Amino acid sequence: MPIPLHIVVCAGIVPDPLQTLEPITGPGLKNEMLLPAVLDPWAASALYEAAALAAKNPGSKVWLVSLGPKAKLQQVMMTIAQKVPFELIPIDGPIGGFPDAHSTAAVLAETIAALPGLDRSRLLLFGGWESANRGAGVTLQLVGERLGITDQFQGVDQITLRDDGSFEVLERVEGGKHQVSVCLGAPAVLGWATGNLAEPRNNPQIGMANMRTLMPALQKAKPATLAPNGLRYVSVALPKQQRTTRVVKDLTPDEIAAELAAWIGAE
Amino acid sequence: MESILVLTHADDTGAILTKASLETVTAALALAARLSAPLTIGIVAADATPPANSLAATGSRLLAVSGEPFAQPRYATDAAACEALCRAAAATIVLVPGSSRFTRIAAAVAHRLHGFIDTHITSIAPQMQGAPGLASETRESDSPPSAVEATRWFYRQRIEAVLTRDARPWFLLLDAGTNAPYAAEPGSAQVEQIPVTLAEIRTTVTGLRSPQQGTQTIRPDAKLLFVAGAGWTKKQPDGQTHVPEAADLILGFLRSTSASLGSSKSLVDQGGEGQSVLPFLTHLNQIGQTGATPRHPKGLSTCCHGEEPHVVGWRFIAERRAISLDPNCGWSRGKADVVYVADAFQVILKLNALLTQAQS
Repeated sequence: MPIPLHIVVCAGIVPDPLQTLEPITGPGLKNEMLLPAVLDPWAASALYEAAALAAKNPGSKVWLVSLGPKAKLQQVMMTIAQKVPFELIPIDGPIGGFPDAHSTAAVLAETIAALPGLDRSRLLLFGGWESANRGAGVTLQLVGERLGITDQFQGVDQITLRDDGSFEVLERVEGGKHQVSVCLGAPAVLGWATGNLAEPRNNPQIGMANMRTLMPALQKAKPATLAPNGLRYVSVALPKQQRTTRVVKDLTPDEIAAELAAWIGAE
Repeated sequence: MESILVLTHADDTGAILTKASLETVTAALALAARLSAPLTIGIVAADATPPANSLAATGSRLLAVSGEPFAQPRYATDAAACEALCRAAAATIVLVPGSSRFTRIAAAVAHRLHGFIDTHITSIAPQMQGAPGLASETRESDSPPSAVEATRWFYRQRIEAVLTRDARPWFLLLDAGTNAPYAAEPGSAQVEQIPVTLAEIRTTVTGLRSPQQGTQTIRPDAKLLFVAGAGWTKKQPDGQTHVPEAADLILGFLRSTSASLGSSKSLVDQGGEGQSVLPFLTHLNQIGQTGATPRHPKGLSTCCHGEEPHVVGWRFIAERRAISLDPNCGWSRGKADVVYVADAFQVILKLNALLTQAQS
């Protein structure tokens, strides 16, 4: 029997992984507003899993709550809006990994609590278990805590909903294994890892449907400022990564294998 | 004056503390000594006596939350247990191991204590220090000296920062593998039991599951990380793909070396795109920008390119070698110690033979 769910996905935007990053005083990234941006990869997994879950349970609804500069959000949503159906709840705030996660969580929780029509007893709060910028893995947890949700799962790769509303969750734990848990049902927080779904293909019809609400929502995006909460950066730097590489071009496979065998066996 | 609490938990057996917990004890002892701060150790376990005895030699105050509900990792019970330990210790700095169990709850506990948390900490220093050897450093000039500074990475191991906070309590979640595990002869420890009142438990942990039947290819404690790139499934010089042969070679290498297997995102993603894939690979093997950043003493990359998203997966590999057909591969730009320009199929075949011969 389908169970109508209210799924709220928290997803930030991050620089395209192929971009070169350079820190500047602030701290921040050099030309950060000019770097091509993408939806945070693990949060994107959460969005696709949310859409798949909603599709299997008619009557469900997916909200996408995203904090970032309005212009960058609009740029990223031009692509994401073609993937899966959702209602965008944009928050106009700073970009980047250096703002404090506690402040980000407070803004997100306040926004989610005020969502019109949200039934918290049916709420599944989704997001990435870590972002690709701050990568702290705490924002979603803090949002859940602020919303009073006491069943939380992180590093989720799978959720299986049961007829009685309970669900089984697979969470990543040490040693390449999953911890299997059964929760009585919503509300719950699920911080997604990769999940099992491929990125959906672009669907112009979905894009057109999303666009009807997306642009007005972006225009009405509330501004947010993030307090530092006593967080200070002493230094921000690129790592020293340059190694003196020996490029070996003239050895036979036998000779390379012998060299590697000696290297592997050496303490 | 600072006071320090380190939170620890027992492993699956319940008899000993996890390696990550013992590493955090090491870091806490060092920090407490440098700050001349009192140290308290909190333990979460079904029976805290055996783990506590292993910490007797620390001479620290020991607190514990015990009982059957705390045998399994679960948000509601673990958060309640750690909250109780923190309230009992009333510490200004709380060190937490970066295990999956405590990563799940540490931020929530910090919030309940009206504190703040920073995670993935790789080192803690008691006073302002530079970051020796760092390139392109941006020093925040108006930062006053502080009692404690923590180092962590941003943008998936691409930027390193040293940070500090005035707010207390300050929770610091330490990355596993960044300290030596605490080890001492067990003694007889005095443990203060901290009572916890639990609300309704809505989640039941039913067990652990490996992602697939057969070989477990992820070994966090392995000395060597073997990285398989997408080249293993591409057409070879004869114009054909040789995925079954690639699988045999890789598994043969893993059997001979007990190495851990990492993979590039592109190789794992091929499964979702309907292409031939190595049957034992899952997203759990994925390293790099959207995967894990494991810590191993050595790493051997095969059939990978050396773009930045891959390189972040290698950030914490000490010695790195690579086999690639492309002499202009990114690896040759200062990211690996040695790059062999060769066919990985041929080299691994010969290497497996040598390793098997050496074992026999």
